[in-house]
Amino acid sequence: MPVKDYIRKRFFPHIWCPGCGHGIVLGGMLGAIEELGLKKKDVVMVSGIGCSSRIVGYVDFHTLHTLHGRALAFATGVKFSRPELNVIVPMGDGDATAIGGNHFIHACRRNINMTAIVMNNRIYGMTGGQFSPLSGPGIYATTAPYSSIDYDFDIVELARGSGATFVARTTVYHVNEVKDYIKKAIQHKGFSVVEILSQCPTYFGRKNKLKDVNEMLEYFKNNTTPVGSQAKKDNPNLIERGIFVQIQKEEYCDKYLNVIEAASKEVKG
Amino acid sequence: MAKKVKEIIVNKEWCKGCGICVHFCPKKVLKLDKSNKAAVTDLDSCIGCKLCELRCPDFAIEVKFLDNEQS
Ligand SMILES: Cc1ncc(C[n+]2csc(CCOP(=O)(O)OP(=O)(O)O)c2C)c(N)n1
Ligand code: SF4
Ligand code: SF4
Ligand code: SF4
Repeated sequence: MPVKDYIRKRFFPHIWCPGCGHGIVLGGMLGAIEELGLKKKDVVMVSGIGCSSRIVGYVDFHTLHTLHGRALAFATGVKFSRPELNVIVPMGDGDATAIGGNHFIHACRRNINMTAIVMNNRIYGMTGGQFSPLSGPGIYATTAPYSSIDYDFDIVELARGSGATFVARTTVYHVNEVKDYIKKAIQHKGFSVVEILSQCPTYFGRKNKLKDVNEMLEYFKNNTTPVGSQAKKDNPNLIERGIFVQIQKEEYCDKYLNVIEAASKEVKG
Repeated sequence: MAKKVKEIIVNKEWCKGCGICVHFCPKKVLKLDKSNKAAVTDLDSCIGCKLCELRCPDFAIEVKFLDNEQS
């Protein structure tokens, strides 16, 4: 099915600002779903609140637009009741790691079979450009007029340390990787996390004196490198892209089914 | 054999003039027109890489190939 058949055309043009990276994530994600040949009725997309979270309004799947930071909790409920469905949870960096940080680490720890996509623009877009746990030191934001002094999380390390069994990172500039990693993440049985560096030209770009959206994409091109590359050894400041974790571990819904079986046997006697 | 590009369609209703497709086209096939919408300047140079289409945040540009209905 062509990618455009997966969108709710009646809501286009979408609400995102010119050049917002979230639209590129949407395209890559739909490309992945198309290549996997998933039927609309077999996909559930659950989001919280934020510019990024509006993504669920534009896709013609089963969709839930829930509460800020709580998308993974709702998604867990859906997956538990209908484990045969593909559950995908797109989140902003604030949504996933500030207000939703606790849900994020515990979903990783449980290894429940769903795909979390962190659309990381390093700022709160929807509420006017406050810094997030992903902004990092030296970044200007509405709430950091003299620049942020907070260290940022490394999503890959956070997800790995919390127990996620598939972890990848790329940027919207590398749009074929977006598609490829999301595809592999959906296929992976267990909790998968794909961090996608995205751009908010309206707040992050303006506050940090980046000329335009193309300069932001050039940054992704020039400051990232495939994981384990020689370039990273030569320049440790480069951000690595690639698949960082891909391991098999018993999945949460399966384990829960075992509990249900054991309990029913006991009841039947 | 490389597929032959038939046309590049810009949906002017959806295009927001961000310029990503123009800036990153490896063959400089595209430009922004007077109304700040993407437009084709030189279709013959297009190599059909589809990067414009894939990187467009607005689903506003589509590369169509000859002998092939695939979009
Ligand atoms: C419980 C609650 N707290 C705060 C808010 C306000 N709020 C809405 S979106 C948002 C942050 C959005 O940033 P992010 O998740 O990074 O997504 P982006 O908009 O950048 O895509 C906040 C703080 C809210 N809606 N609900
Ligand atoms: S404010 Fe930023 S994140 Fe929100 S739509 Fe605009 S560019 Fe995108
Ligand atoms: S398909 Fe490639 S070469 Fe052709 S216009 Fe698009 S980006 Fe340029
Ligand atoms: S990338 Fe898309 S929205 Fe931006 S100028 Fe090109 S066609 Fe228009």
